[in-house]
Parts: sequence; C-alpha cells; structure tokens
Amino acid sequence: MTRLQKLFSSKKDLLSIYYTAGYPQLNATRVVLDALQESGVDFVEIGMPFSDPLADGPVIQQSGTQALQNGMGLEVLLQQLADMRPGITMPVVLMGYLNPVLKFGMERFLERCAQVGVDGLILPDLPLENYLEEYRPLFERYGISNIFLITPQTPEERVRKLDAHSNSFLYMVSSAAVTGAKKGLSDFQLDYFRRIKAMQLQHPAVVGFGISDNESYKTVCQYAQGAIIGSAFVKLLGQAKDLKGEIHRFISEVKNGK
Amino acid sequence: MFHPNEKGFYGAYGGAYIPEMLIPNIEELRGKYLRILESDSFQKTYHHLLSDYAGRPSPLFKAERMSQHYQTNIWLKREDLNHTGSHKLNNTIGQILLAKEMGRRRIIAETGAGQHGVATATVCALMGLECVVYMGQTDMERQAPNVARMRMLGAEVRPALSGNRTLKDATNEALRDWIAHPTDTFYLIGSVVGPHPYPDMVARLQAVISSEIKQQLKEKTGTELPDYVLACVGGGSNAAGSFYHFLEHPSVQLIGTEAAGMGVESGETAASMACGEKGIIHGSMTYLMQDGDGQITEPYSISAGLDYPGIGPLHAFLKDSHRATYLPVTDAEALDAALELTRLEGIIPALESAHALAALGKLRFKPTDQVVVTVSGRGDKDMKTYMEHFKLTEK
Ligand SMILES: Cc1ncc(COP(=O)(O)O)c(C=O)c1O
Repeated sequence: MTRLQKLFSSKKDLLSIYYTAGYPQLNATRVVLDALQESGVDFVEIGMPFSDPLADGPVIQQSGTQALQNGMGLEVLLQQLADMRPGITMPVVLMGYLNPVLKFGMERFLERCAQVGVDGLILPDLPLENYLEEYRPLFERYGISNIFLITPQTPEERVRKLDAHSNSFLYMVSSAAVTGAKKGLSDFQLDYFRRIKAMQLQHPAVVGFGISDNESYKTVCQYAQGAIIGSAFVKLLGQAKDLKGEIHRFISEVKNGK
Repeated sequence: MFHPNEKGFYGAYGGAYIPEMLIPNIEELRGKYLRILESDSFQKTYHHLLSDYAGRPSPLFKAERMSQHYQTNIWLKREDLNHTGSHKLNNTIGQILLAKEMGRRRIIAETGAGQHGVATATVCALMGLECVVYMGQTDMERQAPNVARMRMLGAEVRPALSGNRTLKDATNEALRDWIAHPTDTFYLIGSVVGPHPYPDMVARLQAVISSEIKQQLKEKTGTELPDYVLACVGGGSNAAGSFYHFLEHPSVQLIGTEAAGMGVESGETAASMACGEKGIIHGSMTYLMQDGDGQITEPYSISAGLDYPGIGPLHAFLKDSHRATYLPVTDAEALDAALELTRLEGIIPALESAHALAALGKLRFKPTDQVVVTVSGRGDKDMKTYMEHFKLTEK
C-alpha cells in the first residue's frame, strides 16, 4: 500500500491543506510543512507556482506571483523537500500546471518526486486522456499517484472512468469555480456531494475549492472522506506575523471549532 | 493534411490541455461544431450576414503605387473595410450563430486591440445576447476608442489586472469566467488559439478571406493562385483565414509576420516563433515564449493585437513543416510601413496589419509576381500611437 492508500484506509474526516511553495518567503515551504504536520493535518498539497494559473482565483494567483518573484521553481522546490522524509510522515502531493513540468521533463520530474518522497501529483490541465496516452507508464514506474478532479458538471459516466483510473483519491471540486474561499455551501452543492456519495465509487473523494472553516469542513465530511482548504490558508500565510503559531491556531479552529 | 486530427492535433501541436472543469463544455463543442458549421441553415445565415451585415466580399485592391515602389504586383485584401473595421467580425458572426444554436445566452470574450471585443459586442447587440469582454488594463488604455465602442454596444468590459495586463491576461480571465459559468455561457475566442476545437473552428470561419481572394484574383488576373500571401500573426486568425485555401497549393508562398517589438534579441518582444519553444498556453501545445522554468514570459509589442506570447497551433505546424515562413517585424518597421501605405495608397492600416505590410521590404519579388497582403484592420483605433510617433498634433 502507498502512503496515500494507507491514510485513506485508516482514517475518516481527513483534513488537507493546500499552500503555495515559496510563499510568503522562499524558505517558508519547509517551515509551513512542519507546522502543518505538528498541528495534525492529514496530508498536504504543495502548489507549484505558475505564471498563468487559469484554475485559480485571486488569492492563489497572487501568492504564486509572489513565490515566483521570491525565486521559486521546480528545482528549488525539489531541493527544499529533499530531506523531508522520514521526518514528514504524512502524504505530500504537489499541485501545479503542466507547462513547467514538461519544461523540466516529465520523466525527470517524476523520478525526482519519487526520490524526495512525493506521493502524488495534481496537474489540472493534464486531462485524463492525455495522461493515459502519454504518461501513465511513467507515473506507474515511479510510483507517483496522478490525482484527478471531478466537478458538479462531470457526467456520471466520466466520474466512473476517472474513478477507474485513479489509484488514491478523487479531488472533488466543490462548485463550478476557480479556487477561492466562499461562505457557506449551497443546496446545489450538497446535492452534488450526495449524488457522488451515492455512486459508491471505488476510491474515496476529498472536497476542495471554497472550503475555509470548521463549518464547511464538518459539512463536507458527511459526504466525503475529507476536505482540502486552500485560499483561506494561503490568505493567512500572507498576513501572518508568527507563521507557526498562527498555523497551529488556524488548524485547531478548523478541526475543533472556536 | 492541414486539418487537425479528431483530438485537435496538427502534428505535435494543438490538443486540449484543459482542466476537468472545462471538459464538458469543450466536449459538447467538439461534438457539435462541424455538424453545425456544415449545416445548410448555418451556411445560409452566415453568408447572408457576411454579405448584408458585414459588407462582404471585402475588396481585393490593386495597390498601383505600392506595386511600382516594390516593382511587383501588390494586392490588398481589404479586411479593414469589413464592418467594425477588421477581419474579426467574420469569426464572431459564425460563433454567435453557433452559440445560439447551442442555446447559450451569455457570451464572454477576451480582447487585445479591442477589435475582437468590438466584433463580439456587435454580434451580441445584433442577437440580443449578454456580453462580457475581458481586456488587459494596459490595452484598455492604449485602445481606449474600442473600449468606448464596446460599452456603447452594451457590453461590459472587465479589466484584467494580472501580468502585463494584456491579451494573455485577458484570456486567463475569460477562461476563469468560463470555469465559473459552465452551463449558460459561450466563450467566443477571437483567434486560432485555445483548446481544440477553437483553432480549427476559427480557421474555418476566417477561411472566407482566402476563398474570396481566389475568386477575386481569378476575375482580375485570370489565375486564382497568387505567388505570395502575407498576413500578420497575433494568435493567427487573419493569417489562417488568408492561407486556408492555399495550403494545398505549394506554389503559393505563405508569409506570416509576428511582432518583434524592440527586436528579437531585446527581451521586449512578442515573436513567439523566433523566440519561443514548444509548450502549453491556454490549453494548446504550441510555440510560446517561456523562461527556463517553463513560466510564460511577458510579451511586448506596440501593437496590442499581436502582443501575445503564444501562437495558434496551426501556425506552429506550418512553421515546422516549412509550409509557411514567419518573419519578425519590429515596432519601428511596422510604423514605417503604416506611414508608407497611408502616403502611397491613402489607407491608414491598423498597427497589426502594418506588420504584414512591413514584410514587403524584407522579401524579393519578381515583376511578374502576384503578391496579396491582408490588411486585417483599419488604423482608427491606433491614432493615439500614430499621433505620438508621427508628431501629428504639432504644427
Ligand atoms: C486588425 C487586427 N489584425 C490582426 C490581429 C491579430 O489577430 P490574429 O492573428 O488572430 O489575426 C488583431 C487582433 O486584435 C487585429 O485587431
């Protein structure tokens, strides 16, 4: 079993955090990672900044721009993560766009990811079909899980197909939207969560986009195996004076309420 | 050979590298566009609007003084005389009919020079559809008359505030809007860029340019094939339309001109063929300008319509297969060419089109050659830039 599979087979109500590598300072990547593990987060997605992040809203866009100005890039990130294992025991997933990865070289990137102990990749602009045709054997060779998104508009048949090609979890985008914190979950969203739950997929789903606090986290955990918080956390990073302390407080509030 | 395969690839270029959020929309469009475009009812309305609304066919004008100057036969394909002042309307008329057929009520678009935005706002007014146009803040300033035109036409113009605040950034915002409005909105792309089927769809809708050139040249010279076709390339739609019906005729030399800005070595350029490498921009595998980390670099050109770091995948393929040649043209060369056309023929071209005209001085023609240059648009929107550079306000 992989680290991701082990986690998903052993625990419910998973809390995952997305944050942008190299933000707010270039060297914050590891500081944030350590603080997240200490505060009891179950797994993380580390965002690889890109100049043109077309699935992201203003908060993550702005953090990526800052991170690029700070000097972040794939090589820098892999070096920052080089000694994270065994200290970091939770699964680590990298999330970003395809062009920087292709420029780095897909195989070289996957090999390096495997070396540092990255568990999975989320590349929103790599559609399933292109993955299957061109890259699946490489992901399998290096044991990196490719994580697919599903959205409220994804037809049932396609959800099944994505599920069939997954080997860890499905990233359930909570609404038709780019990333960004929103207040409250609509009936339409809850219907969608119910519909996916009722499909009894082979792989667990985790809900992301628009999850920001204890209430939204608790709500989605009724339908899915966990939640991913991104923009709300990145916003906190941008304003934090005491990174570690504020991360601990934020996570504790999300898990336990105020 | 010059059509994409069913996955949208021209050789190694094209495809649809899009997030899952856009897949249902793109799948629907891919499943329907050819059938709709080729249907009798679409063809009838499209051609009716092209003739009675847009004023087509646009003239093919023999530019006698230019011909004398360059010692050859120069023909101007007058897209500047199309309604709204550029070739962009050919595409928006087609796509708006498609959007209606697909039952979409809300139209979004990106625009650089504002010509595509105006052409979109125009057809939305004509059809009574809601219209939102994304435009980089920088472009809103340098193409202010077009912003006012769009607003007068009833469109909402939303500024893009990221990056250099130009066409690339406006396209990002339009794609984000589409992600957030997956069911009621049609994204009316302005060039042969973006995920499949857009490059093919827009090329087909602009192909009217070359089909008219063929017919008009035949009437005027007895032969339908010119020796050269020249067009400027931003995303590449007027060039794709100008080349389309000549692609299978190797005797016709196809020349695209891209914006070199301050020069291809200067770092201040939008010459994605000369300075770019293979990569993915806005859902398409193509040539684009990027740094060593695969970050897309900010382009620069005096011409807002050419100020884009990528290029349509058809052109990437035509370049690699040597079917077309792409020449970089600097800001200064384009300005000279704009003034030359104005003084020799009494036609003030758009800055974009001036890049095509500038290629005349870079090629060597025979006196017997028939050379067609597509004048993609008129210069009204660029008067602010022309006034500054040609000091037109001084006595
Ligand atoms: C007059 C004119 N020509 C050319 C272009 C460039 O677009 P394309 O390369 O798609 O023809 C523009 C774009 O705004 C334009 O306004």
